[in-house]
Amino acid sequence: MMALQIERLSHSFGGLQALSDVNLAVAPGERLAIIGPNGAGKTTLFNIVTGIFRPSAGRIRLLGQDVTRLPPHRRAQLGLARTFQITTLFPRLTVLDSVLLAVQGLDPARFTLHRPREAYGHLRERAESLLTEWGLADRCHAVTGRLSYGEQRQVELILALAGAPKVLLLDEPTAGLSPAETASVAEMIRRFSRDTTILLIEHDMDIALELVDRVTVLFQGRVLAEGTKDKIRSDPEVAAIYLGTDDDA
Amino acid sequence: MKTRIAIRWAAALAGLIALPAVLSSYQLGLLTKMLIFGIFAMSLDLLLGYAGLPSLGHAAYFGVAAYTVGLLSLRVANNFWLDFPAGLAMAAGVSALFGLFALRARGSYFLMITLALGQVLWGIAFGWRSLTGGDDGLPSVPRPRLPLPWALTDGGPFYYFVLAFFAVSILALSVIVRSPFGRALVGIRESERRMEVLGYDVWRYKYVAFILAGLFAGVAGNLFVYFNGFVSPSYLNIVFSAAALLMVILGGAGTLVGPALGAAVIVFLENLISAYMERWVLVLGVIYVLVTLFAPSGLVGLVRQRLGSHPA
Repeated sequence: MMALQIERLSHSFGGLQALSDVNLAVAPGERLAIIGPNGAGKTTLFNIVTGIFRPSAGRIRLLGQDVTRLPPHRRAQLGLARTFQITTLFPRLTVLDSVLLAVQGLDPARFTLHRPREAYGHLRERAESLLTEWGLADRCHAVTGRLSYGEQRQVELILALAGAPKVLLLDEPTAGLSPAETASVAEMIRRFSRDTTILLIEHDMDIALELVDRVTVLFQGRVLAEGTKDKIRSDPEVAAIYLGTDDDA
Repeated sequence: MKTRIAIRWAAALAGLIALPAVLSSYQLGLLTKMLIFGIFAMSLDLLLGYAGLPSLGHAAYFGVAAYTVGLLSLRVANNFWLDFPAGLAMAAGVSALFGLFALRARGSYFLMITLALGQVLWGIAFGWRSLTGGDDGLPSVPRPRLPLPWALTDGGPFYYFVLAFFAVSILALSVIVRSPFGRALVGIRESERRMEVLGYDVWRYKYVAFILAGLFAGVAGNLFVYFNGFVSPSYLNIVFSAAALLMVILGGAGTLVGPALGAAVIVFLENLISAYMERWVLVLGVIYVLVTLFAPSGLVGLVRQRLGSHPA
């Protein structure tokens, strides 16, 4: 059984064909990078996998189950998590409050309204242990919107990890970060549990190739190439459209 | 910290219990009205301040409850145990129906749909003369007769009757906003998309919040028809909805105490100003502009700024 299987997926926005006939299979525990120039359809693919968009055609299986028509929250409950390229954190909540929301999201207590949240000690314990594990414990009472950009990225990753996801989609986790911040985020990703299947969109080729086992190249909504890191590195077509014209750094 | 908060609450409650001893019957009536509108404003705050849903039709649920209690007690039976729950059920039922439409929209579209739905009810109350008395409304609605040693027709006992509902409402709402459900509403206010991918069925949370807000607005509507002994289409009017929004914003959206305070200030000012001039709505507008310019987080925000503490 594949962790994630995408079959003949197509999507268009009005007249623009964003994805055509994309096939992709990721095994449990595998780490796959999705690379490609701007407009290749990478983020659209993530939005379809998480259920934010419904595809024009094709099928998505998550851990063997067909989720093509499920809303985002049902997919999250099956073990899918993601980060966003554009930060959509809870800017006015504290870091601890944000992580508590993430922890609570997959807890049976998430819909109770007759008891204060403090009555559920295990939620707070889990949130605090996550913050300690990922080195943000000293920032837990800071308002998220006032953190540095790099710290916000860390919060973003912690929110995605809170539900111990089986499949994790990371959308350019190092975009806009300084070299030092990039290194610490990359280190964080390296430390993620090997049980978690990871799909990574990354612009920085060096980072991407260092973090993953396998690479898929998207170009103009199609899978242009896929394979091991070495195969992608030496693929002349990939070099021509992506590596050779990598001028967005 | 916790005991300090408990002491503050106990002191506020003791003050409200003791106040009738020093107030004239006119002032006591005004205080009763403040408490009723406090419940109304807090119910709207659940939507505006917590879930981030700006409803401009909240008078609908207040008015539906008031008409239900008025009609039942005049035409069927003046039985508190029938009329009061029926008023609440109608308020919750209408909000459950309206929520299906309103929650399809966001932001200013949500505001316009709630306004339109509210005006539909206003139109019905205005036009269906044989049922609602049209423009004249329903006069001489009796106060409930309860097996108590005091008659609720007197101002003092009625004040305590309202105070009991106010205390229960603020307690219930403060538990709700601190619960996992209430915290999720705040998350939805901050980022709906994020909440979806964290596993929250966002629509369901908003829908339940919408119905709860309608239910508590119904408590206020029920009490107000008993208080005034009268119900008219103005209870369903946009001016009423807008005044409730202003109470929430003036006091501080996203805090329960704020809207209750805002309600007290608006009720007081309305009473003061209507004695001298007719343009009360104009004054409401001016207050709104001043609050938005100088105290965007309301009276509670101003106090917190003074004390240098952080927002919740």
